[in-house]
Amino acid sequence: MSTRVSGRPELYTAYGQDMAFLNTRPKQLGVLAVVVVAALLPLTVSDDLLKLLGTGLVLAIGAIGLNLLTGYAGQVSLGHAFFVGVGAYTASVMAGDPDGRAMGLGITFVPAWILGAGVVAAAAGAIVAPLATRLRGLYLAVVTLGLVIIGGYVFTEWADLSGGAQVGRDAPKPVVLGADLTVDGAYTQEQKLFWLFLVVLVVFAVLARNIGRSKIGRAFAAVRDRDVAAGVMGVELAKYKLIAFVLSSFYAGVCGSLLFVANGHFGPERFSGGYGLLLSVQFIAMVLIGGVATVSGSIMGAFLIALLPRIASELPSFLPFVTTASNEHPNVFEIEVGLYGLLIIAFLLFEPRGLFGIWHRIRTYWKSFPFSY
Amino acid sequence: MTAAPVLQVQDVTLAFGQVTAINGISFDVRPDELFAVIGPNGAGKTSIFNVISGVYRPQQGAVTLHGESLLGRSPADIAHRGVARTFQNIELFSNLTVIDNLMLGRHQHVGYGTLAALAWIGRARSEELRHRRAVEEIIDFLELAAWRAYPVGMLPYGVQKRVELGRALAMDPKLLLLDEPVAGMNLEETEDMARFILDVREDLHVPMIMVEHDMGLVMDLADRVMVVDFGTPITTGTPAEVQRDPRVVAAYLGGDMQHEEALS
Repeated sequence: MSTRVSGRPELYTAYGQDMAFLNTRPKQLGVLAVVVVAALLPLTVSDDLLKLLGTGLVLAIGAIGLNLLTGYAGQVSLGHAFFVGVGAYTASVMAGDPDGRAMGLGITFVPAWILGAGVVAAAAGAIVAPLATRLRGLYLAVVTLGLVIIGGYVFTEWADLSGGAQVGRDAPKPVVLGADLTVDGAYTQEQKLFWLFLVVLVVFAVLARNIGRSKIGRAFAAVRDRDVAAGVMGVELAKYKLIAFVLSSFYAGVCGSLLFVANGHFGPERFSGGYGLLLSVQFIAMVLIGGVATVSGSIMGAFLIALLPRIASELPSFLPFVTTASNEHPNVFEIEVGLYGLLIIAFLLFEPRGLFGIWHRIRTYWKSFPFSY
Repeated sequence: MTAAPVLQVQDVTLAFGQVTAINGISFDVRPDELFAVIGPNGAGKTSIFNVISGVYRPQQGAVTLHGESLLGRSPADIAHRGVARTFQNIELFSNLTVIDNLMLGRHQHVGYGTLAALAWIGRARSEELRHRRAVEEIIDFLELAAWRAYPVGMLPYGVQKRVELGRALAMDPKLLLLDEPVAGMNLEETEDMARFILDVREDLHVPMIMVEHDMGLVMDLADRVMVVDFGTPITTGTPAEVQRDPRVVAAYLGGDMQHEEALS
């Protein structure tokens, strides 16, 4: 049935070809090229930039998770930082030293604590999901914001878990096949971690794409676009909101488990008060700036947000009135914070489909080149 | 003609506060029947659909499909039992393609879970392919092939109405509710839709309830017609019987004509 006619790459002779994961030749080659370039990047880029890019890879996993919930299923959540925190602490406890100062179970097998973090965060998501069947829109956003507040308090006060305020605890040690990736060897720590994060991201990005094109992804879109019609079509609203929350928190948990591996240490401040809220807002920014309901957009958005501090710190060389001194104004730190807001507003106004939309426009332009229609 | 009715609605009353939208309506729909509901604006026609499909819960009465009560069930549950509908103002998922909209119609028949969807191998893949074939049958049936890969929000109004009919048919319904299938259409689009409605009855043998203001269409297509006014049933009968009924004429033209003539 599924014969390919040579020289006619856009001619499908079976539905399976049309529904394939990457259903055109340019998509296949493009994705392959991106993955190859990403895999070779650590050999050419300096370690300090590589560390930022590695953070981008990890944040991208969390951004894909939030996009499943907010972009695909239309449930706005400001509580993503809470689930990231649950994942970070679950992984640290699982991989932690049993005789250490903070709780530890001594499970050093990397996939075990990555998946464990996902599962515990997903369970937390399942507990929160019933809220979403009662609330929608802004109300849901405000209630999920409460999660960050509650979570921040619990993480700070539960010293056995988090090491306590201002002290913190060690992040899990990534030991793959007996080699600790955080120790420099033939390759530096940044290079090895980048490759680890890249593998995890590719796996979870593929899984998310599969969700997007499946029955589950269609049901999410139905819940998002018209929930009354979705019910009449036989889509169980409560069930799919639950699935969306569980999947999204799972991704957040995986993101959390890897987020502090490069630093090796983190404190509860990262998830409480202003920082917790900022992390949630950063994830929303990644989804909106990257592109709602797209996996590739989530990844682009995560990289932009991860690189924003670096971009801001380069500003003084282009704009002489910006300083790097924190006691003068306007300084790069103020501009960095302001840029999140500015970027969100600019994208919502001028390109609501985000970076993915810009890419889509470029692609369409060259498809029809030299005609503009 | 004594086959068991597909749908039985008995003495249903629905009120929103002090406003009675439906006041004691009873009717039944027989196998293969095209049953039309007509009445002036605000007569409660769409409310009847919302009661049958579980969006509204009536205060009184009974609704049974093949002898099973539908009242108190969720819209999704009623959809699983075989009730499909279209909407007066198109309720398609406008960001999704025609194919995805129709695949959503098949949602309840697609049998795989979240974990299978993540991996997209085995059952997920074979089920998607099987239902894609079923969807393509409907695309052929409704002559939507030219539009299949477009997001429905971009399509002309008449085509969107057809896609909505297709999405309802994709559910393999035991009963189809059509809410103003030709509202706002030009003559050509109306004739196309009329042909598809007849095809559904003759080829697919799906009983239908149709709410419509196009009297010519109703009288030509329907087997039986129920007239409602202010939520109250006036009469039920064949199109010819209904047209002769003076109460129907009064409902549509406002007040008792003979009475008004006597006054003047």
